[in-house]
Amino acid sequence: MVTLWKIFWIFAKIGAFTIGGGIPMIVAIKKELVERQWLNDEDFIDIITLAQTAPGLFAVNIAILTGHKLRGTKGSVVATIASCLPPFLIILAVAMFFTSFKDNEYVIRAFKGIRPVVVALIGVPMLDMIKATKMRWWSWAVVLSSMVLVCFLSVSPIYILICVIVMAAFISWYINRKEVCK
Amino acid sequence: MIYAELFATFFLIGMFTIGGGYAMLSLIQNEVVTVHGWISDTTFTDIVAISQMTPGPIGINSATYIGYEVLAQSGASEFMSILGSFTATFAVVLPSFIIVLMLCKVYEKWKEHYMFKGIMAGLKPATLGLIGTAALTLATPDNFIDWKSFVICIVAFLALHFKKIGPFAIIGLGAVVGLLVY
Repeated sequence: MVTLWKIFWIFAKIGAFTIGGGIPMIVAIKKELVERQWLNDEDFIDIITLAQTAPGLFAVNIAILTGHKLRGTKGSVVATIASCLPPFLIILAVAMFFTSFKDNEYVIRAFKGIRPVVVALIGVPMLDMIKATKMRWWSWAVVLSSMVLVCFLSVSPIYILICVIVMAAFISWYINRKEVCK
Repeated sequence: MIYAELFATFFLIGMFTIGGGYAMLSLIQNEVVTVHGWISDTTFTDIVAISQMTPGPIGINSATYIGYEVLAQSGASEFMSILGSFTATFAVVLPSFIIVLMLCKVYEKWKEHYMFKGIMAGLKPATLGLIGTAALTLATPDNFIDWKSFVICIVAFLALHFKKIGPFAIIGLGAVVGLLVY
């Protein structure tokens, strides 16, 4: 059983290092939770999928879903507070004392090194997810078409998610009906 | 009543952010700069820059910063400004907290249902596509300033992929490398 304190500690750590949105932190969550076998691979991919589909902030959604999986509603509350607390305190400090923070020469140089790392942090979980998911021809079609639509045609992700849900519901209903009729 | 307005505005922002991260920026900008006139466009750009340099989801960062700024600018005391910060942050997280918690219950009840499985099978590749999009949108000249950036990205990717280093350590290391080479 994972204690609430442990959940708090893990998500506070994740919250304190979430740079460039929640996605780079998938690697951290996997390391902290899957490699300790608190979550299996399948749960983990389901959580990422649901977090991306639901409204709200990806990183916070991951905290809510994982907390719930580990310790129910209590786990969700603890994980959410933990993941919001470090950014809240840091930004508050910046707003109160260091408004010139972004012009600091050392901060600028450090971030020149951090930004390419963040891109790598997004690439690694993609590869992991591709390996852990049974990819068929249509999966690749969905991956590529959603990338092209969002990246190059600026379609909002909302429409893509709605289309996918409606189409997948219809197709699974159709397949199920055929099997029942046999 | 500025607190009620802050709460309502950030509640809506939290509710209508789907697809994560930078999708919410234009929504926030429209609400706090154009509709409410709480901060100027320049301050908003500063907040975005600071958010990219500090950990935490951009939604939380901007809520925290704007909640503080709005009250501080209207001459409120330090404590009242921190309360504003807290109000905005709480409001931006609350809608996704409620929605995702309900989603958890649905998931636990229906996850073996054929239609739910079908929808998840469709959403997985769509999620992959959206994560890929995040990587592509970060691959900008701002983040990749020269050949050294590409080397950092590739080395980080390999080190992470072969589990030679953890995600938190690699961010720290990125910062050190940035300070040394730039």
